[in-house]
Order: sequence, then structure tokens, then C-alpha cells
Amino acid sequence: MKHLLSIHDISADQALDILDTAAQLETLTAGAVKKLPTLRGRTVVNLFFEDSTRTRLSFESAAKRLSADVTNFTAKGSSVSKGESLKDTAQTLQAMGADAIVIRHPASGAANRLAESGWVGASIINAGDGTHEHPTQALLDAFTIRKHFGPSMRDFSTLNIAIVGDILHSRVARSNIALLQKLGARVTVIAPPTLIPVGIESWGAPFSYDFDEELDQFDVVMMLRVQLERMNESFFPNGREYSRGYGLDEARLARLKPGAIVMHPGPMNRGLEISAASADSIRSVVVEQVSNGVLVRMAVLYQLLGGPDLQGAGGAL
Amino acid sequence: MSTISSVSKVNEVLLKSALLADGSVVDIRISGEKISEIGTDLTSEGISLDCTGLRVLPGFVDLHTHLREPGKENAETVLSGSQAAVRGGYTALSAMANTHPVADSAGVVEQVWRLGKSAGLCDVYPIGAVSEGLEGKKLAEIGAMANSAARVRVFSDDGKCVDDPLLMRRALEYVKSFDGVIAQHAQEPRLTVNAQMNEGLVAAELGLAGWPAVAEEAIIARDILLAHAVKSRLHICHLSTKGSVEIIRWAKGQGMAVTAEVTPHHLLLTDESARSYDPIYKVNPPLRTQSDVQALREALADGTIDIVATDHAPHPHEDKDCEWASAAFGMVGLETAFAIVHSTMVATGLMDWKRLVEVMSSKPASIGGYDEQGQALALGSVANLAIIDPSREWVVNRDELSSKSKNTPFHGHTLTGAVIHTIYRGKLVVRDQQLTGVGNV
Ligand SMILES: [Zn+2]
Repeated sequence: MKHLLSIHDISADQALDILDTAAQLETLTAGAVKKLPTLRGRTVVNLFFEDSTRTRLSFESAAKRLSADVTNFTAKGSSVSKGESLKDTAQTLQAMGADAIVIRHPASGAANRLAESGWVGASIINAGDGTHEHPTQALLDAFTIRKHFGPSMRDFSTLNIAIVGDILHSRVARSNIALLQKLGARVTVIAPPTLIPVGIESWGAPFSYDFDEELDQFDVVMMLRVQLERMNESFFPNGREYSRGYGLDEARLARLKPGAIVMHPGPMNRGLEISAASADSIRSVVVEQVSNGVLVRMAVLYQLLGGPDLQGAGGAL
Repeated sequence: MSTISSVSKVNEVLLKSALLADGSVVDIRISGEKISEIGTDLTSEGISLDCTGLRVLPGFVDLHTHLREPGKENAETVLSGSQAAVRGGYTALSAMANTHPVADSAGVVEQVWRLGKSAGLCDVYPIGAVSEGLEGKKLAEIGAMANSAARVRVFSDDGKCVDDPLLMRRALEYVKSFDGVIAQHAQEPRLTVNAQMNEGLVAAELGLAGWPAVAEEAIIARDILLAHAVKSRLHICHLSTKGSVEIIRWAKGQGMAVTAEVTPHHLLLTDESARSYDPIYKVNPPLRTQSDVQALREALADGTIDIVATDHAPHPHEDKDCEWASAAFGMVGLETAFAIVHSTMVATGLMDWKRLVEVMSSKPASIGGYDEQGQALALGSVANLAIIDPSREWVVNRDELSSKSKNTPFHGHTLTGAVIHTIYRGKLVVRDQQLTGVGNV
């Protein structure tokens, strides 16, 4: 595996390998040993054309915990619309000796272009491209689910998972639906009709306009961030109506089945897609998602940049 | 395969054993601009081309070409576009109005027309803008363009849709005084805000904003009704969906005066190619699905769609060497059009050579009012000819295109059918697939 661009490019076994590696890394870096020498001398560049402090920080600490050199390059506001800047910027980074480029970009397919256009030779990790994919988010979500429902699960077919909200514009949804189905879970997509993409039929996931219908059947309820500006494009009338139909409020929280968990990729719009009580409830695993993010991104960097055998590196397995 | 007498004393070209669209084999003598003799066993002191096995057809006529002069001469000039045209077997092209400045006045259309004359490789018919500056607000000086030296008859805001129904109605009415036609780029702008590719399964997966079929079909339906109401002529540019075909079929069944074109790329490619995220496949209207492609082919064969037009849209390398959303829309097409139409329509048995001549030559000439183009090969006809080897297989190489821009999605594709010679007004402008240097250049 040279790049991580899309969940569609990896097999269930490759995904599970990443999750297993993340679990090993968690054991290795627990307690006193916070940092491993595995990527010493390698350079990881975070190339962010969109603001996302949390994702950038997550990749940054992942790389640092593996002893890689990290360069952050934030290009927001530069002439992205002119197009050549992605190519020029990437080639500059290549000249600086990047072994891996972690890219966040507002254009769908930007990571694919970087990997396949011949502009650069580095490994490319997609950290979110437009409304296409965010594969490390899906992997960290799967890792989090695994921790709750069976740390060594290789088959998710006992799990019934709801993904709720702005599916149309969500790269998190695209990556998660693809990965969770690949791992065998039953995934149901829930959104108002305006926020379900035309062509969703090919995803193989049932979809519903009614959040309440099967609410007590789900093991995992994954809420997506909804941008309030969408109401200006008439995707829904206003925040109140959206919350009534598709928000995870206390009443809905109370109907969840025992053991069900609530996920959110962050940042949350409290009071819109998720109430404060739901976000802070015992069912919420939002904080865990953040810490798992670092482990999973370490695992991805480790696999792409081909570090030495973990058994040898850390010793303590 | 061809011979030139050591000293060419006579200004004539003789085509030996020419296979015509109807299957007959004749010798054709061209003297000056015209066909002067058709017979057998003709001999000549001038240029003689052995056309055994080659189809000799009326030169192709493109009703939809983007040259970039004036304004973006780094992408294409009238000369380089003319060179690309004749290598593709075209003896006439129609220069769309979206230049800089816009061709919305007599001055600009005459400039383009004169540049075409001075290139001297094919007829260059300027298309006039419908609205001032293509802004869709106020009629351009349509009458002045019609009465100019360029004698403009086709008007279009192509690249943009004339979306204001009142402006569209007025334009349709206004061109009636000189039998003009409005060529509509059918794209409802509100339904295609930021749209990147065909709305459907592939767009949903790729996360690229969808371009719904209804955005095209709604405008076509509206404009057909408008044109019928004011008894004017409407031409629909680059039909791309099955639904559009069905609307046109209905309108023609009602006897309405509408014509429609399809591009070669919409006859061959689908939205599946967007999976590469390579913006070489980014085009307006977008590539659609296989069932749309099938419907377009059938419609071209049965006459629902009248003509093939290239929508040749040159762009410099940097405008495609970027991420999809930042890239320009469009593909070059003049030099591959015939081979694609031949491969998709003739080689597949969907249509015969006579129909190919209609869709690529005689019908576009009649829609545009280009009297000296698209003529049948007969005594006294203007000698505009495309001479074709139907069995020649070739691999498209973008570096060998005459167009200044290399944005072809067919680079590396093997196509069947090649343009061997092109004759424009009696002059051999392409010989053995290469420009001869004849022309006014
Ligand atoms: Zn157009």
C-alpha cells in the first residue's frame, strides 16, 4: 500500500491490519514509552488547504510519536482557485524531501490527483477531500466501534449502525459507509431527502427519512455535522426543524437500546444535530474518537512508510 | 498512392477511382474551385490522387467550434483552429462567440471572418452572441452582425444558457427577419450551481456536485415551446441526455422547427471516466451514462438528432493540470470527430455513409445557411471534399494534433477511419494526412 486515498482502494483485511496495528501501537505507547523511533529520519508534511486544527494536530502527534519530522503547510487563502497552486505547492514539498504528504483540500479528488498525476513521488494520505472521502476518520471510527463491541472483531455483521445527517456533503459518511459495510455491518443512512445524494442506491446501504422508526434497533448512532448555512440553499427550512427531525435530543437518546454508543466526527454543533446532554452522555464516545484518531493515524503512517516490525521495535507486546 | 506530374501546368486536381457515399466509383476532375467533370478514365496534367478504396465525401461542416481568437491566442487561433479543422476533414467551421472581447458586434465578427479568410484553409463562419457580453440581459447587435461582411446567421451565447425566457423569446423573434437561428446551450443555471459532473451514481460516490439531466431537459422543453409559439428556428447545442432526445423526438413529431446536435465525445464516453478525477474528462454538458450514450446514437441514426458538432474547446495545459473543481470545461475535437463518428455509428452498422454525409456536412450547412458547403458531389459544385480511408486504424497522439491545445480525452485510443486528404474550394490543403502548406499562409 503506497497511498491511502479512499476506503474503496483497500480490502477488509487491509483495514483490519491497520486497526490491529493501531491496537499494538496503543499497547506500546501506553505508560512511560510515549514515543517510538520507527520513522526517525522520515519527513511527513501536513498540507492543509482547509482549516482543520483538530485533524492537523492529530496527524502531527501521530507522526511525532513515531519520531518522524513534521512540517505543517497551511495554504488556505492562497490562490487555490487558480488550480496550479496544488501542483506547485506539492512539488515544492517534494523538493523538500517529503516521504508522505497528508493532504486536506476542499476539492473532491485532490488527493487522487496528487497521487496519480505524476507531480510527486511521496506517499499520499487523504485527510479529507471536498465531499469525497476522509478514510482515516472511518478507520478511527471502526477502531472505536471495535473497542466497544469486541477489540479483536474481524466481522461486524452483528452490528446495526445508523449514520444520520448531511450525507450529501459528507466525506465522513462516504468513507464510513464504505468501510463499515466492507467489515460486514448493516449500515442505515438517515437524512431528509434533500441531503441524500441522487445515486445513493449504488452504495448498497438502506436509507430512511425517518430517524425514529428503527431508533431502538441501532448499536451505533453516528451523527454528522450539519452546516447551518445549508438552510440558505433550501436543503432544510431552519435549524429548529432540522433538529426536530434529525437531531439526537434527550428523548431520542433515551430510546437507544442498552449498550448503544453515540459517535460524532466533530466539531459538534450542540443544539443542532446533537443536544448537549446527548453529546456529554455516558453513551457518547466522542472524546475517545479523538484519542483513537492519533493511534489509527500512527498505524496508517507506519504501514505506508514501512517501518520495522513492531515486535522488534517496542519489545513489549 | 498519389502522383504529381513533374511540372504542374494546370490548376486542377484529379481524383481517380473515388468511392462515393452511395457506393459508386468515379473519377472527379476539379478545376479552380469547382468540380468540372465526373466520369471514368479521366487524365490530367495537374495533381492526380489515386483514391482507390477511399471514400470521397463532401467536406465536413462544424456548427460548433471554439476558437480562442481574439483573446486567448495561446489556446487556439483562427489559423491553428483552421489547420485542425482541415486535418479532421472539415472545410467549414463556426466560431462561437465566447471570445475576449465577445463576438457581440459587427466589429468582432468581421475580425474573425477576416482572420478566417486570411488563413484560407476552410470557411470560418462567426457565430454572433445573443446577448451583450454573453450576460443574458440585453440583446446584442444581432442585426448589425447579420448585415456585416460576415453575414452572421447563427446566434448563440454558448458556454452560457440564455436562461431569461423573455430574452430568449425576443431573440427567436428578432432573427426571423433574415432567417437566422438561435443555438441554445441548454443549462438551467440555478440547477447547476457549482455542478461538476453528471448527477448520478458516479457523482454520488466521487463527491462531485451533480449536474442533473433535468437542468438540460427543462430548458429544451421551454425553448421548443417558445420557438413554436413565435414561429422561429431553434437549434439545440450538444444534446447529452436520453430525456432530451425524447423531448426533441416529440417536438419533431409535432412538426416543430427544431434541430439538434450531438458531440462525438457524448457518443462515446460516459461519466465513469470521471472516476480518475482527471479533468481531461471535464466537459459541459457533462459526460452522461451508457444508456444516454445509447439513446444519443440511436437518435443520430434515426434523424431525431440532426447533426454532429464538435464543441471543439481548446484549453492550455495548465487549465487541465490541476484538481477537477479548478479545471476548465471542454475538450478539443476537430481532429478526432470523424473517426469517432465512424467508429461509433458507421462501423457499428447504426448508419450508412449517406447518413454520415448528412450529419457531418449537408445538414449543418443548411442549418447555418452555408450555401457553398455541404453540396452534393456534382458537376459545378464547389469542391469542398473530405477523402477518407475507412479501414485505417490509428492511435490518437495529442502531440501530433494541429490544434494549439492538446486537451483530447482520446490520447492513446485506437480509432478506425482516418482523413487522408482534404480539398477546400479546389485546393488540396491536406495531403496524406499532413497540411500541404497551401492556403493563404
Ligand atoms: Zn455549450
